[in-house]
Amino acid sequence: MYVAVKGGQQAIANAHKLSAEERRGNPDVPEIGVDQIDQQLSIAVDRVMTEGSLYDRQLAALAIKQARGDMIEAIFLVRASRTTLPRFGYSVPMETSDMAIRRRISATFKDIPGGQVLGPTFDYQHRLIDPALAEGGAPEPAETAPADVDAQSPKVLGLLGQEGLMEAAGDGDDDAEIGDLTRDPLDFPADRDLRLQNLVRGDEGFILSLGYSTQRGYARGHAFAGEIRMGEVAVSFVPEELGFEIEIGEVALTECEMVTQFKGSSKVPPQFTRGYGLAFGQCERKAMSMALVDRALRAGELGEDRVAPAQDEEFVMSHSDSVEATGFVEHLKLPHYVDFQAELELVRRMRAEAEGKQAGTGEAAE
Amino acid sequence: MTATGPLPGYNFAYLNEQTKRMIRRALLKAVAIPGYQVPFASREMPMPYGWGTGGMQVTASILMPDDTLKVIDQGADDTTNAVSIRNFFAKTAAVETTTATAQASVIQTRHRIPEEPLREDQILVYQVPIPEPLRFLEPRETETRKMHALSEYGLMHVKLYEDIARYGHIATTYAYPVEVDGRYVMDPSPTPKFDNPKMDDCAALQLFGAGREKRIYAIPPYTKVISLDFDDYPFEVQTWEEACGLCGARDSYLDEVILDDRGGRLFCCSDTDFCEKRRAMGYRGAMSGEPQEAAE
Amino acid sequence: MSALAAETVEMTPILAARGVGHAYGDFLACRDVSFDLYPGEVLGIVGESGSGKTTLLKCLSGHLEPTEGEVGFAVRDGEMRLLGEMGEPERRALARTDWAFVHQNPRDGLRMSVSAGANIGERLMANGHRHYGNIREAALEWLAKVEIDAERIDDLPRTFSGGMQQRLQIARNLVTGPRLVFMDEPTGGLDVSVQARLLDLLRGLVQRLGLSAIVVTHDLAVARLLSTRLMVMQGGRVIEAGLTDQVLEDPQAPYSQLLVSSVLQV
Repeated sequence: MYVAVKGGQQAIANAHKLSAEERRGNPDVPEIGVDQIDQQLSIAVDRVMTEGSLYDRQLAALAIKQARGDMIEAIFLVRASRTTLPRFGYSVPMETSDMAIRRRISATFKDIPGGQVLGPTFDYQHRLIDPALAEGGAPEPAETAPADVDAQSPKVLGLLGQEGLMEAAGDGDDDAEIGDLTRDPLDFPADRDLRLQNLVRGDEGFILSLGYSTQRGYARGHAFAGEIRMGEVAVSFVPEELGFEIEIGEVALTECEMVTQFKGSSKVPPQFTRGYGLAFGQCERKAMSMALVDRALRAGELGEDRVAPAQDEEFVMSHSDSVEATGFVEHLKLPHYVDFQAELELVRRMRAEAEGKQAGTGEAAE
Repeated sequence: MTATGPLPGYNFAYLNEQTKRMIRRALLKAVAIPGYQVPFASREMPMPYGWGTGGMQVTASILMPDDTLKVIDQGADDTTNAVSIRNFFAKTAAVETTTATAQASVIQTRHRIPEEPLREDQILVYQVPIPEPLRFLEPRETETRKMHALSEYGLMHVKLYEDIARYGHIATTYAYPVEVDGRYVMDPSPTPKFDNPKMDDCAALQLFGAGREKRIYAIPPYTKVISLDFDDYPFEVQTWEEACGLCGARDSYLDEVILDDRGGRLFCCSDTDFCEKRRAMGYRGAMSGEPQEAAE
Repeated sequence: MSALAAETVEMTPILAARGVGHAYGDFLACRDVSFDLYPGEVLGIVGESGSGKTTLLKCLSGHLEPTEGEVGFAVRDGEMRLLGEMGEPERRALARTDWAFVHQNPRDGLRMSVSAGANIGERLMANGHRHYGNIREAALEWLAKVEIDAERIDDLPRTFSGGMQQRLQIARNLVTGPRLVFMDEPTGGLDVSVQARLLDLLRGLVQRLGLSAIVVTHDLAVARLLSTRLMVMQGGRVIEAGLTDQVLEDPQAPYSQLLVSSVLQV
């Protein structure tokens, strides 16, 4: 008797065990620790936290280990974990101008109050593979300037703003409720708060390519990196039972503010406009790309023609999320026999009809 | 909310109660406006988008501890994804599971409606990949929402017209659009059109969840569901010349299984429970390897 | 048309504009336009590019909200309704029943990815027609009216020449018997020989169907052939209006004189 085999419980269990074995690799090689990932693959951890929308280094590091280094899979693991967490409330808006700065650069001014701080960066490194690193060993200690605890590092765009050359940040309505697309369904057209949230969660590669496209003419405007800063910022929260603000910790952030010229309209004189990017940890590429795309997506608000993909919020926001995208692309692996059967039947029928017609015309010709 | 479910550290049926409440509100609205796509704040699930996260969120939100759950994919209980989802709820909700359609109180499905008629005390939960029936005619959400709001459904018939003009008949075989309760045009999910008539006047509540697209919609019990067609080209379902090779059924949706590389094929019921039940009753098909005494 | 019908036609305009204007930012594209259009009339709006005629047409057809003045349309029960007070549902409903809009570029008015037959049938289906045979019959009938070979019914418009596409767009618009047709440079972008054939066809349709229409064109020859009345625009204003023959034979405004002389001498 024929028994149709359609997969099964045992096969799934075995496949998972096999995957775990592959993850461990050769057991003679020491197993990688979560702490090692956290400390030595720190930018990978930053990315998983940023796109996973959860600031938890240990969890992100564990996700990277479990995902065998597959970043999108790790982000997915963090998101699926995050979704089970109850929401206690929202923090007070963070003051990135009070950041304990580890890196801060401006491409628009040679010198800025508070100074340029290069900090830990790949910039200006010759990208030569370092054979010595394969051996390991302690890096040479770096010389750093003594920390000036009283140093003020005002926002560079704020300095432009004093002259009236820079549009105000935000729409000025501090009381406006900030949307949260992990709590409420997305509705188009979307306001900037939701767009920014979507871009932070969006896939680094996708946002990078879109940002890049704006530089190549697919959306107008030449952007300048007004300021990029990275460091620790305090997070404050007002517990209902206390009724006043308490500091509950700090998070590492990278913030990028791009400056783009705007030629003005009937209502607004020519001035500079902003693009904003923010990411957990040291995700500088992501923050910069995000700022470019944010600016491009403001086309409608600024009365610019929407002609490029990066200006199309439905296109950008509907396709930026790697967890959504990977799920749907990979779902093509799932069985589709029922639909395919329907198509098979249809194609056979149409072929039969076409052959019938051909036979018919053939006879008529004879 | 500190209630924990059978899986330590997780709430009953995985989702926390805030999330379930949000989804239940969307479900109530969906039931109140049959066929209308209600936006909801879909959550990440531990399964990938496109693999049934919408259906799972709906199931998680309606599941009670004394429910009996059946999960099918392509009509079968033993396909990998069905097994995986069934295990998930067995683990996180510790509900009883079954493969018998008649014994289930909640049935989550991908791509099929069970052959056995459903009852008033059952809920059918569909996994939906693309909830918008107009999506491939009009990619913009802002425009399709307007079209639904204004009942501008002419475009849907343009597609059917093109089918007839080109092929002589309507060539849409699955995800065949339906009109619900005389108002909204709805995508029935990629079920074959063979299953469309089962949606009409169905005794069970039918719920549809699209996780990635963040939409929930519903067909309340005993609602009129019409498959779109033309007066002179009425809707019709697939038929087979073959009967099920295993149970001999002639009125079920058949899967085609390739047996060898010499063209050997077996047609058998895609609904495995239906097929097994018939065989238990003594029905036999031509390839069951047993005499077909009870068939026909 | 019976005498009585002709009389009622005289009585109530189908479309009325009062002080209509539109500004893009500080720039006034058109201003202070007022007129009545009566059933069976074809109004030509002429002027050079930048004269505000296309902006005016957009305001009249509900595509653009005038920044001043108002536009009224006589709906089927005879009531004059202001476009500005209609909701989008009502405007969209009008756009697929009582109104038709023929774009200069046929690609803007056609659905390029579906067949010619489906293009013609779409408005019928949008208005509830559900008999394939009848829809196809109507499509064939209209293909014949616009002189497109019946055999092309299942072909995609992109396989059509520019002139054929424009004729298809006209068929697609007229199939539901709209009460008012807006045309934006219907012959623009076509070769001169193709233009002549299209104009001839349009004139035939306008006369046979007794269409009410507003035709925007920069081409006086088009206006002369199609329209019963003429408005000449310059710098966003109407500088002269009257019966077509009158305006063309005895233009009053200097700009109209220039326009007429420049064309008629050719």
